[in-house]
Amino acid sequence: MAEAIRGAIHSIETFGSVDGPGTRYVIFLKGCYMRCRYCHNPDTWDLHSDDMRTADEILDHAERYREYWGPDGGITVSGGDPLVQIDFVIDLFEKAHKRGISTCLDTSAQPFTRKEPFFSKFNRLIKVTDTVLFDIKEIDDEKHKKLTGWTNKNILDCARYLSEQGVDLWIRHVLVPGLTDSDEELIATKQFIDTLHTVKKVEILPYHSLGAYKYEKLGIPYTLKDVNPPTEEQVAHAKALLGI
Amino acid sequence: MRQEWRGFKTGHWVNDVNVRSFIQNNYTAYDGDASFLAGPTAATEKLWNEVQKLQKEERAKGGVLDMETKVVSGITAYDAAYITADSKDEEKVVGLQTDKPLKRAFMPYGGIKMAEQACTTYGYTPDPELHKIFTEYHKTHNQGVFDAYTPEMMKARHNKILTGLPDTYGRGRIVGDYRRVALYGIDFLIQEKQNDFANTGDGTMTDDVVRQREEISDQIRALRQMKEMAQSYGYDISVPAKNAREAVQWLYFGYLAAIKTQNGAAMSVGRVSTFLDIYITRDLNEGTLTEQEAQELIDHFVMKLRMVKFARIPSYNQLFSGDPVWATLEVAGMGQDGRSMVTKNDFRFLHTLENMGPAPEPNLTVLYTKRLPENFKKYAAKISVTTSSIQYENDDVMRPVWGDDYSICCCVSATQTGKEMQFFGARANLAKCLLYAINGGIDEKTKQQVGPEYRPITSEYLDYDEVIEKYDRMMDWLAGIYVNVLNLIQYMHDKYYYEAAEMALIDTDVRRTFATGIAGFSHVVDSLSAIKYAKVKTIRDEDGLVTDYEIEGDFPRYGNDDDRADDIAVKLLKTFLTKIKKHHTYRNSEPTTSILTITSNVVYGKATGSMPDGRKAGAPLSPGANPSYGAEKSGLLASLNSVAKLPYEYALDGISNTQTINPAALGHNEAEETDTLVRVLDGYFAKGAHHLNVNVFGVEKLKDAMEHPEKPEYANFTIRVSGYAVKFIDLTREQQLDVISRTEHKAL
Repeated sequence: MAEAIRGAIHSIETFGSVDGPGTRYVIFLKGCYMRCRYCHNPDTWDLHSDDMRTADEILDHAERYREYWGPDGGITVSGGDPLVQIDFVIDLFEKAHKRGISTCLDTSAQPFTRKEPFFSKFNRLIKVTDTVLFDIKEIDDEKHKKLTGWTNKNILDCARYLSEQGVDLWIRHVLVPGLTDSDEELIATKQFIDTLHTVKKVEILPYHSLGAYKYEKLGIPYTLKDVNPPTEEQVAHAKALLGI
Repeated sequence: MRQEWRGFKTGHWVNDVNVRSFIQNNYTAYDGDASFLAGPTAATEKLWNEVQKLQKEERAKGGVLDMETKVVSGITAYDAAYITADSKDEEKVVGLQTDKPLKRAFMPYGGIKMAEQACTTYGYTPDPELHKIFTEYHKTHNQGVFDAYTPEMMKARHNKILTGLPDTYGRGRIVGDYRRVALYGIDFLIQEKQNDFANTGDGTMTDDVVRQREEISDQIRALRQMKEMAQSYGYDISVPAKNAREAVQWLYFGYLAAIKTQNGAAMSVGRVSTFLDIYITRDLNEGTLTEQEAQELIDHFVMKLRMVKFARIPSYNQLFSGDPVWATLEVAGMGQDGRSMVTKNDFRFLHTLENMGPAPEPNLTVLYTKRLPENFKKYAAKISVTTSSIQYENDDVMRPVWGDDYSICCCVSATQTGKEMQFFGARANLAKCLLYAINGGIDEKTKQQVGPEYRPITSEYLDYDEVIEKYDRMMDWLAGIYVNVLNLIQYMHDKYYYEAAEMALIDTDVRRTFATGIAGFSHVVDSLSAIKYAKVKTIRDEDGLVTDYEIEGDFPRYGNDDDRADDIAVKLLKTFLTKIKKHHTYRNSEPTTSILTITSNVVYGKATGSMPDGRKAGAPLSPGANPSYGAEKSGLLASLNSVAKLPYEYALDGISNTQTINPAALGHNEAEETDTLVRVLDGYFAKGAHHLNVNVFGVEKLKDAMEHPEKPEYANFTIRVSGYAVKFIDLTREQQLDVISRTEHKAL
């Protein structure tokens, strides 16, 4: 038997209440290619980890918390972007489903492409994925590039594809004042969401600066020093525009 | 059948005192939602405003509004009294402890010195005649205990390896079955006790027989006095209550008799909610009561429970801060037949926290199981999220042991209502015991030889096997002296401060438990784990005594769902209880133990030296069974899982756990927060855990309340501490800082 794939783990949170349906065991994986300026987990960008675990090791541990999950809960893989370690996530989710555990993928879909070998792997993954928490960082491609360093074309394509394939979606948008909160882009985001058929929830995640200290520790310049978290009014306004 | 019992389904309860039979035959389970609830009436709002005014005045006067200095408290010591001069008709439930609201009674039987000190601390001068009576003519519990202590016991007490002992205050924790007053009326209860009296002994006067005959006579006297007290309020409680208002009133008179005669550390009300619902439902069906009036009754009853006060001494307040009385009152639970025992009245009791705002008393306790109706679970969780004023205990672990009619007699300790009494015995400091094992019985703070002079550890680095062997022997000593100190205390309490009023409402053939307790639990576990999995170097002072430790390397800590540490925790609990059980216990009581420290963890910590887990000398111990400060690195659920591993069967007196959760960690809105909390409770209790105090707020709120106690929003800001609730602003600054420093679980 081949040796089991090991995932590069950033950390584990046993009590995730806002990371998918029900209460969830959240596995934060290492590795992300995006460089979102507001990212509060820059320590997950790098793919290297000293903590390497197999799917069964993780699931054995996760099952210690099964009683807390309720009928809807389960595991959520977050990151980093878990699609960076897609082979590991496939293994993890397939084994989770065998154990009757609900799976949730928290991604910004930047690694998505319809090219092989990724696309076949992705199709295998979504067969065992119950919900995707899907980040739309920015609807305007030019702005998206400035914000994250990458185009959003493949990302929006991924959202459409998941919708076509009938995968449940929770759409999330991080609200950064002055950066991702203009009426124009929010309205456009809403229009895009309306074209999707499997959206179960749309959420605004207000930007916070709690991750700023990590930049200093990692020696990465933090470019949002002067940006404050949105006010309650700004959040309410954005929600209204997104129709939530 | 008696006219007062019209419409009730008969059963064993008709001929014998058997409240459980009455409840099981007559309650109406409710699985609907909270939409039926009524808001406060004008009378409720007016009276509660009056009480709040008095509470404000009380706080302004340094914590005591008024104090008795002449009259010795007793069931009939005072005439009828009301919240205000003209509120008699508005108070649907009447009766005060003294002649004025919030005035504290003079209760000398526990100890005259303490009663006097309680007065002088707050600027009152007790009548010198009382001093003479209770020193020259009549002995008190406290004097009895100190007359009999051995020098070794005095030393153990002085050095605080045994701590919080009820030798200077009432032991409390005895829950009279106050429901009996309502269901049967006093005359029938007297008659039953007279039967018992006639059948006590065969004429051979052994110690036990003599004592029991005297006690029954005391109980009958107390019952007669209850009638007399009720009469002064214009009620005849010699007969059963005939409607809901009388049932609440009769029941409260029973409780009032208890709190007029005893200032026990815990004076719990018991499991009264479902019982009272039967009366309310009958009145609602007969059209003699509306939902609004039913809620008003419960609001007014709860208001009275919020007003219970005792005169306390400063050292007591340090142990149990925030002026608690543990008027613990239970809702929910399941019956032995599998029916939910949730009634509309359980909603009404929780709803008092909305109608009159949050409050620490009564200590509202939800007997929880996953199988309770979802609507009720959600409502309770919502009340937790909005008020942080209730606690949860696992009905699924308690029911098999205590049946389906148990009450909680303090913070977390179950007791069969009306069938059982408890000898409360504070706690042994197992953390200090570990230090004694290392230092050969010498106290690390006072340097006195307190424990036996066993060989101390002389090596520079601690060896696990050597420490365990020495700790085991030192624990043998501690268990022995602890049980014997308690035997002596309980003997004297029975003799000089017998709880006649409560015991009158409990079966004569009573089951007795002997409740010991553990302090410093998590620190012992982490210390042993450090010694086992890391390297612990001893730091000695000039006398060669180990006074500090240096830890090299990492080690697993209790509170992370790591079996390496948690196995040590389970073993520690089992070892201690096994040692306790070896000894004779007073009146053949059944020994139990608890992992519960109340707020005394701060005081206990002050008296405890540095520990091998890195906790420094004088720092607070972590409360109850909580993991140590900063030890929890894996989130809330991992921490809960660690505590849930402690088998309840080994700590039948209770395993207390207090957690503060940031609202943001529960969800984005109240509905999500409520749902998540229900799942946390479902999971934790499905794991077999015993108890959870739930606080839902951020640390910023605590800090602001500490700096700005004058803000109106903090006047009733209630938080759960170990086993009870307090108003945060009533805690000492030290305790406030302690609460703030505890782990707050929030989202990433």
